[in-house]
Formats: sequence, C-alpha cells, structure tokens
Amino acid sequence: MLQTENLSFSYTGATTLRFPDINCQKGEHWLLLGQSGSGKTTLLHLLGGLLSPTAGSVKVGDTALEKLSTAQLDRFRGKHIGIIFQKAHFVRALTVEENLKLAQQLGGSPIDTDRIKELLDRLNVGHKLHAKTTDLSQGEQQRVAIARALVNQPTIILADEPTSALDDTNCEEVIQLLEEQAAAVGATLLVVTHDGRLKERFEKQIVL
Amino acid sequence: MNLLQLSWKNLINKPLSMLLSLVLFALGVGLISLLLILNKQMQEQFDKNLAGIDLVVGAKGSPLQLILAGMYHIDAPTGNVPIQSAKALMNPKHPLIKRAIPLSMGDSHQGYRIVGTTYELVDLYDGKMAQGNLWKENLEVNIGATVADKLHLHIGDTFYGSHGLVIDENLVHDDAPKFKVAGIFKPTGSVLDQLILTNTQSVWEVHASHDHEGEEEHDHAEGEGEAHDHDNHDHAASEGHTHKEHNHDHPAQDITSEELAAAGAIQRQALLDTEESITTLLVQFKARNYRTLNMQRQINENTEMQAATPAIEINRLHSMMGTGTDALRTLAYVIVFVSGLSIFISLFSSLKDRKYELALMRVMGSSPSKLFFLIILEGLILAVLGFLIGIFLSHVGMSVLSNYLEDAYRYSFSGWAFLKEEWYLLAGALGIGFLAAIIPALQARKTDISRTLSGV
Repeated sequence: MLQTENLSFSYTGATTLRFPDINCQKGEHWLLLGQSGSGKTTLLHLLGGLLSPTAGSVKVGDTALEKLSTAQLDRFRGKHIGIIFQKAHFVRALTVEENLKLAQQLGGSPIDTDRIKELLDRLNVGHKLHAKTTDLSQGEQQRVAIARALVNQPTIILADEPTSALDDTNCEEVIQLLEEQAAAVGATLLVVTHDGRLKERFEKQIVL
Repeated sequence: MNLLQLSWKNLINKPLSMLLSLVLFALGVGLISLLLILNKQMQEQFDKNLAGIDLVVGAKGSPLQLILAGMYHIDAPTGNVPIQSAKALMNPKHPLIKRAIPLSMGDSHQGYRIVGTTYELVDLYDGKMAQGNLWKENLEVNIGATVADKLHLHIGDTFYGSHGLVIDENLVHDDAPKFKVAGIFKPTGSVLDQLILTNTQSVWEVHASHDHEGEEEHDHAEGEGEAHDHDNHDHAASEGHTHKEHNHDHPAQDITSEELAAAGAIQRQALLDTEESITTLLVQFKARNYRTLNMQRQINENTEMQAATPAIEINRLHSMMGTGTDALRTLAYVIVFVSGLSIFISLFSSLKDRKYELALMRVMGSSPSKLFFLIILEGLILAVLGFLIGIFLSHVGMSVLSNYLEDAYRYSFSGWAFLKEEWYLLAGALGIGFLAAIIPALQARKTDISRTLSGV
C-alpha cells in the first residue's frame, strides 16, 4: 500500500538524507521512530507528497507520487492521504464544520454533512460543529484535525508527532482514536514520533 | 464552500482592515463618480439652455453676467436698454436676424424670476402647456413645471411680484396689481421650468404702478388686455384687438411651433414703438457669417448696448470652474491609489498570518492556482464592494446636492441618472483590485508546503 525504494533527499547545502525502504500493507499500523534531526518529518513529507525526493520513489497503492504533476499530486493527496500535523492548523475564518467541508471539497469528495457530524461525534467534539477553530482547546483542535484527516476516507493516514504536546491521558486517548479510526476506514496508519510512550503500542516499527 | 465564499469569509474574518479598504475605495470611486455626474449634468443643462442662441444683447457690463442673467437666470441683469436703441435688432424684417426675443426682468416670486417676453421664448425652449393656456391678457402668467411644483401654484392662483431675485417681504410689490396663473408648462428640462413668463407689458405695468403709485395703477388696470395696443398706454382697451392679432382662443396645446413663432413675432413688432425699456435680447441669426460677426463688434463699439456670444462666455466659465474640478479629480485619483495600496497591504499582511492555512489547503488538495485565485478574488470582492458603495454614495450625494443646486442655480439635477462612464469606472475598479491582489496572489501560489508546515 505504501512503499518506498532507495528514497533520499537533500536540502540545498546540507548532507543527503537516505531512508530505509518501507513497505506497509493495507490496514497495517506502523510506528516510525527517530531522534530529532533524523529526518522523520522530511520522510513524512516525502510520503505525503509535500516534498519531492532527490532520488528514489514513493508508491501509494499503484501510484508513483514522483510521476504526478503538482496539481495532480495536490488532488491525489487530498483524496487519498490524510495528514495530521504536530500542531493543528485550520482555516481560521471558518468554523469546524466548514473546515471539514472544505477538506471534502478540495479532496474531490461530495459534501456530506452527515459524515462530518458522525465523525465529530465519534471523536467527542460533535458539539463544536459550529465553533470557530480558534475557540477550541488544544485537545479539541487535535481531534478536529484527526477528523479532517479522516473525512475523505483516505487509504493512508500519516501522523506527525500527534502526541508530543499531550499529557499521558490525552496521549493514550489520541493514539487509541487514531488506531480505531484508521481501522474503521481500513486505512494504513503511519505514526512518526520520538515519543517513547508509543513504543509499546505498535508491533511494526521503523527506526531511523 | 466555493472559492468565492471562502474569499468572502476570509475578508469578513478581518472586519477592520476590510472596512478601511472599503471606505477608502468607496471614497475615491464616489468622488470620481460625483464629479462625472455633476460635470455631465452641468454640461447638459448649459447645452440645453443654449437653445441655439447666437448672441445676447443687453446693457453694458460684464458679458458673462449678461449671459448668466439673460439665458440662465442665475445672476442679476446688467441693466436695461431702451427699446428704441434695440429697435433695429428687434425688427422682424431684419435681414440677418431670424428672431430677437425681448426679455424684461427685475421681479420675481418666491425666488422664481418673472420674465416679460413674447411667445418666441416659449417656442425657443419648446414649451408645451400641461394645463391652461398661454397668456393673453396683461398680468396673466405661464409658469414652469418646477415653479408650479415647488410653489404649489394652480391655474387661477394670483400673487404679487417682488423686486429682485431674493425672497424678502419688504420688496413685494403689494401696491401693484397681482399676477394670475393662466397656464402651466410641461417639464422641459431647460431653464423654462424655473421661470414665470408673462408679456412684456405686464412687467412694465407692475413697475409703472410701483413707481408712480395709485393713480396710474388704475389706468393700467382698466387697460388690461390693451397691452398689444402699442400706440398709447392710456388708450381705451379693446379685447377684440388682441384676438384679432393672436387668434389663440383655442387650447394652447394645439399651437404649433410655427404659429407660436409667428404670434411671438407679432407681439415683438408691437413693442417697437414704445418708449419703454427691456433687459435683454436673445438673438438667433438666420445664418452665421462675417456680417453677423461684424454685428457683434458694431453693437459693442457703436451703441450703448453690449452683445455677448453665449458659447464663448460659457466656455470661459467652464475653464474657470475647470481648475477646481481638476484639483478635486486629482484628489480622487490619489484616494483611489491609496485605497489600492491599502488593499495590497491588507492582503499582503494577512498572507503572513495565513501561510499555514494556505499550505494546509494545498495539503487538502487545492492546487497552487486555486490559492492564486483565492487571493485575487479577495482583491476583486473589495474592489466591487467599494465600487458599489462609492456609486451609491455619489448618487445619494447628488440627489442631496441637487436640491441645493436647484435652489441656488435654478437648475434641475437628478441623483439617479446613471452614466455609461460609470461602467468604465467599474472596469477601473476591477483593474485596481486585481493589481493590488496580484503580488500577494503570486506569493500564495508559490507557498512551499513542506517548509511552511515544518517551519518552526
């Protein structure tokens, strides 16, 4: 489902980062561990098509990301890849519901308010449907961000340090949510982290 | 949630900076549009009131004043000239002159000028009766549509004239006979709407009675209707005489322009042998040539009268006022430029706050060109809204101003006439909105998703 081959990337003027080959099957949950500066985020961006590799290839399903044009890649990403960032960002002018609608629209899915409501309810933030995202607590923001990543039923979910800012209780909850939701849509989940608390939870691990 | 809605939501998310851009833009557009409307309507009014008059003849003084008083009725007259001096010009058989319409002024009613003249003036401004008839007897008046409307005058109403153009109770000729409304004109859009017309003899009569008091007033009162009998003022009245001359017993609406001109010429002829004075003559030539040019010089050099060409004087007036409008217009352009700048700055600075959002939209599947159009749309929305508010303000301003202008200048202006120039203004506004947005939009298009989202 998610495969890389001889992936390398170099920022201008910096040393080249080489990444081990990855092969995640459909529905599997993976943990990508690494210390700060090991290129975790870079790898995640390469996997999500936010960066183009210097060499090597990333395949999502049958699609090789490096073969797509910029606009094609944007569309593909919107439809098939859900990304959760360390810090949740939103379009601030819009409400929670509108942000999710925007994700549906940009991802090329039909606008489905029922799905949005259901998803938010499952994530325990259903009552924030019409709130501005800036009025949410950090935990709520993170949940809405997860909802947004899931709204288009992606085949792959990438999460970048989703728990690093959270305490133990919240950390546990968020990871559980991620796993549940990924399972619910049958998506491949890849969590990138340096958070030691998660080591126990994932059988499949990649260490950078 | 299409791009337009998203742009709109982004804008109203920052109401204050949107307000600033809008206010500036609306001010600039409004000022330009107001100047356009004002200029256009002034020009139209002046042109309409030129009415093909080639020369205005009156007492010596400022030629501009002569024109403003004699044709536009917004200034005091330069003085009077004896009919005997102007007799040659007024003669219907003059080889060069098509007609020379005599105007006798000096009195007004509630600020609306009473003009003693002939039917030729009615014909000149293409006046048609809405109600009643053209004046027949002395002291019968025909009033313009605006006068009737503003003063609520009806057929059969009577009033005293008062001296000068100002409204002042002390100046009312209450010792003179009253005028009586015989007819009301349809609106013409010309200065006729603002005038009270009567025959020349009525003006003389009111002034004579005013000057000489009691006794003569009686004579004149008895002599009503004998006005067209020019031999002698004290002569016995003869209604039949009047009818024979004018034959306008039938409703005035039926009178053609030719009949009106012919009847007017007869009225003019009737004035020729009197010792009285008139204020101005509006002259139309049969054709313009070197002899008519000479005539103007001749009048100015060899008589106690002066002759002025309306087109030249009005151009002079326009060029004098032009400096003021030019300055205002420049100011308006500066405001528009600043408002463009304000749109640019507010978009540009909002871009900095929104770089995560924009990167995020890319992550969610939006292409770079979508981000470009998102920002362009924000610029265009501001421009269109600013334009609409500006146009609205200028037209409201114009309708407020038109009341004042009507009182001050005896002109009807309209606040709700739209010009095709306003479409150009819309195109200009869109251009400015686009230009102001293009650099921020390109910036948004270039957003580096990875760097923005990982950037700390």
